[in-house]
Amino acid sequence: MAQRIDVKDLNVYYSSFKAVEGVSMAVDPRTVTAFIGPSGCGKSTFLRTLNRMHEVIPGGRVEGSVQLNGRDLYAKEVDPVAVRRTVGMVFQRPNPFPTMSIFDNVAAGLRLNGEKRKKVLAERVEKSLRGANLWNEVKDRLAKPGAGLSGGQQQRLCIARAIAVQPQVLLMDEPCSALDPISTMAVEDLINELKTEYTIVIVTHNMQQAARVSDRTAFFNLAATGKPGRLVEINDTDKIFSNPTEKATEDYISGRFG
Amino acid sequence: MSTITGHSELDAEPSGDSASTGRRGDRIFSGLATGSGIFIIVLVVAVAVFLLSQAIPALLDNKANFLLDRVWEVNDSELRFGIPDLLYVTVVSSLVAMIIAVPIAILVALFLTQYAPARLAAPFGYLVDLLAAVPSIVYGLWGFFVFREYVEPVQNWLADYFGWTKLLEEPVSLGTVFLASIVLAIMILPIVTAISREVFAQTPSTHKEAALALGATRWEMIRTAVIPFGTPGVISAAMLGLGRALGETIAVTIIVSTNPGAFRFSLFSGGETFASKIANNAGELGSSTKAGAYIAAGLVLFILTFLVNAAARIIIERRKAFSE
Amino acid sequence: MSALTQDTLSPAPASPIDKPSAGRAIKDKLATVAVWTAFGIAIIPLVWILYTVVDRGANLLFDPHWWTNSQRGIVARVAGGGAYHAIIGTLLQAAVTAIIAVPIAVFTAIYLVEYGRGKLARTVSFMVDILTGIPSIVAALFIYAVWVTTFGLERVGFAVCLALVLLMIPVVVRSTEEMLKLVPNELREASYALGVPKWKTIFKIVLPTSFSGIVTGVLLGLARIMGETAPLLILGPYSKSINTDLFGGFMAALPTMINQDRVESYDPALNRVWAAALTLIVLVMVLNIAGRVIARRSKVSR
Repeated sequence: MAQRIDVKDLNVYYSSFKAVEGVSMAVDPRTVTAFIGPSGCGKSTFLRTLNRMHEVIPGGRVEGSVQLNGRDLYAKEVDPVAVRRTVGMVFQRPNPFPTMSIFDNVAAGLRLNGEKRKKVLAERVEKSLRGANLWNEVKDRLAKPGAGLSGGQQQRLCIARAIAVQPQVLLMDEPCSALDPISTMAVEDLINELKTEYTIVIVTHNMQQAARVSDRTAFFNLAATGKPGRLVEINDTDKIFSNPTEKATEDYISGRFG
Repeated sequence: MSTITGHSELDAEPSGDSASTGRRGDRIFSGLATGSGIFIIVLVVAVAVFLLSQAIPALLDNKANFLLDRVWEVNDSELRFGIPDLLYVTVVSSLVAMIIAVPIAILVALFLTQYAPARLAAPFGYLVDLLAAVPSIVYGLWGFFVFREYVEPVQNWLADYFGWTKLLEEPVSLGTVFLASIVLAIMILPIVTAISREVFAQTPSTHKEAALALGATRWEMIRTAVIPFGTPGVISAAMLGLGRALGETIAVTIIVSTNPGAFRFSLFSGGETFASKIANNAGELGSSTKAGAYIAAGLVLFILTFLVNAAARIIIERRKAFSE
Repeated sequence: MSALTQDTLSPAPASPIDKPSAGRAIKDKLATVAVWTAFGIAIIPLVWILYTVVDRGANLLFDPHWWTNSQRGIVARVAGGGAYHAIIGTLLQAAVTAIIAVPIAVFTAIYLVEYGRGKLARTVSFMVDILTGIPSIVAALFIYAVWVTTFGLERVGFAVCLALVLLMIPVVVRSTEEMLKLVPNELREASYALGVPKWKTIFKIVLPTSFSGIVTGVLLGLARIMGETAPLLILGPYSKSINTDLFGGFMAALPTMINQDRVESYDPALNRVWAAALTLIVLVMVLNIAGRVIARRSKVSR
C-alpha cells in the first residue's frame, strides 16, 4: 500500500527566512526519487517537510500543500505524530539509540505504538532486520548495544528501525554520506529492494548515487546567494543525466559548479 | 606555599613541556600553580587527619558503643555517646528530601530544556537558580515561622490515615523531621535541576529526531531519547543533592525541635541530625573532652558526604566514558 | 532477494493520519501539564520566601539607622538600632575570605588546565570535588580543631574566614577551570610563536581572556559563603557592637544576628530578624545576579 505524494506550491520558512520557494512535484508509489543539488539549496529542508519533521526546528513552518494519497498532511486535523509514523525517515548520520540494544532499537517504534506482545515484537524485529539485510550479521548479538556496530551496520539498523513501524513512505536524508564505499553499496542494494514495496525519497550529494538508485531525479538550486532554494526540474533519472531541459541542471551534473 | 615541591614535580615530568622554558618566571609560576594544587590535596587530607586525631581520644574514652548505643551524655567527667539516632534522622530527612525533590527537579529540567518556549527558557532557568541564592538560615526561618502551619494539617491527615505505620505516627513535636525534609527538598531542588538540565540539554538532536521520525509524541520522544541519555547525570545530580541535604545545618537546626521524649521512628517527631547536634551544642566545644564527641559526629558526617559525593563523581566519570 | 517475502516489509494498510491513539495523546498532554506544574511548584517557594521576608522586614530597611547603627544597648522588646555591625562583619569576612581563597583557587585552576597531567592532576581534581561536598559545619569543625584546640587561639573573625575559604575555593576553582578551558589553544600557540614564555602567556593572554568568567566565579563563591551560618555558630560568636578587628573580640555577621534573635518572642526583635534576613538576601542576590550578568555578557561578546 505504498502511497503517492503530491506537493503543490510549497514555501518553507525558518521563522521569517524563506528557505525553499514554490516547489510542486509528484512522487509515484514504489519509485525512488532522488533530490540533488548544491549544498544549502534546501533539498534536505524540503525533504523534512514531507513528514513534518521540519516543524521540530523552532520557527519552522510551511505554506502550500503536501498530499499523501490525496490527504493534506498540513490540514488542521492532521496529527504530525501520526504523519511521521506513516512517513518514515532515515538520517544523514546513523543514530541508533545509544542506551538500547540492537533488538530494542528496532522494536522502539513498535513499542511506542503500544505493541507489547513479545512474540509479535520478535517477529517484526526479525523481519525488519532481514529487510534491512542486517539479520545475518546481528542475529547472534541482538542484546548488544546498537552503538557497537560499524557505521554501515548502524545505518542499516536505522533503516530496519524505520521500516519496523511499516510506514507508507521512506525518506532518506543523505543516508550514505557518513559511510565508507562498501557500506554505501550495501545500503544502495537495500534501497533497490525496498522500492518494490515502498515509496522512497532520497537526498544525496552524490550524483552517481542518484543515477544508480533512483527512477526520478529532482534538481534543486538557489536562485542566487541569500535567495530561497527552488526546484529547477524533475524528470526521469535517465533524462536528467543524459539530456536535461535546464541549462543549470546540465552545468551542475557536468561538474561545472556546486 | 610549597613552591619547592611544586616545581620539582614539574621537573620530574619526563615529557617536558615545550612551551615552558627554563626561565625563572616559568619556574615560579608553574611552582605556584602546582603548589596550589597540592595545597588542595593537603587541605582535604588535613581535614580528615585533624577530625580523626581529635575524635579518636574521645572514641577511646567513650563508655558507650559509638555505633549502636542510643545515648548522648557528655560531660567533663564521663563520655557516653552513640550515633544511631543521629544517623537515622540525618539519613531519613535527607532521603525524604530527595524523594520529594528529584522527581520535581527532573520535570523542571525537562520543562526548561524540552517544553519552555526558547526565549523564556533562560529566564525561567534563572528563577530556579535563584532558589540556590536564598541563604539557608532564611529557609530555616521561613520553614519554621511561615511554612510550618501549612504542613501541619498535611501531617495530621497523614497521621490519621497512616498513623499505624511507625514512620507516620502522630505528630508530637512542633518542628518535625517531615517539615525539615520538605524545606531541604526545596533547598536541593536548584542543585538537582541545574545538573539534570545540563545533561538533558546535551541529548544529541539526532536521537531526538530519530524518535520523532518514528512517530513519537513529544513525551514519547523524551522517554525514548532524552531520559535514557540523561539518567546517569540525573543519578549523580540526585547524589550531590543528597550530599548537600545530609550536611545542611542551620535550616534543620531552626526547624526540627530537639526530641523531647523517647526516640520515635516517626517523621512527625523532632530529633537531631549530625549537623544540628553539633550546631545546637556549639557552646560545649569549649571543653576538649566534650568537643571530641561532637568532632566524632562531624567525622561521621564527613565520611557520609564523602561517600555520597565520590559515588556521584564515579557515575559522572562513567557517563563521560560512555558518551565518548 | 529471498528474504523479501510479501509480508516482510509491506507497509501497513493506510492508517488514518488524523486519528492519533487517544491514550498516547492524553499521556502527552498529561506530561505537558506535569512539567508546567512542576515548574510552578518550584517557583512558589521562591516567591513565597521573598514575599515573607519583604513583608516582615522591609520597613526597617527604609530607616537610615538600619544602615548606620549597631544593636549595642538595644534589648529585644525595644525597637531601634541597626544592622551596621552585622553588615560590616559579613562584608569584612567575605572580603578577607576572597583575598585568601581566590589566588589559591585561580592558581589551582591554572594548574588543572595548563600544567596538570596524570595522577597528580586527577587527585587534585578529585579533592576539589570532595571540597565541594564538605558540609560547612565540617569545615568549621576542622578549623576549630586546628585554630582553637591545636593552637589554643581565640574564636575570632579570622577563624571564620579560614572555614569559609574551604567552602569558597572549590566554587572558584570549578568556574575558573571552565573559563580557562574555553580559551582557544590557537591563542596560546600564537603567543608561544612570538617567543613569549608560558607563564607570561597565561598571565597576559589566557587570564585576561577569561577574566569576566573568573569574576563570575568569584561573585558566585562570595554569594555562597556570605549566607553560611554554620561556621559562624562554631567560630564566630555574635556581638551587638561594631567590631572590625578580625583578630580580636567577637564580631557580628548577618546570619548570627538572625540566629541570635530568632528565638525571641518580642515583635521588635523579630522584626529585626526578618530585616536582617532581607538584608542578607539582598546582598547575596545582588552578588549572584551580578555574577550571572557578567557571565552572560562575556558569552555574548564571544
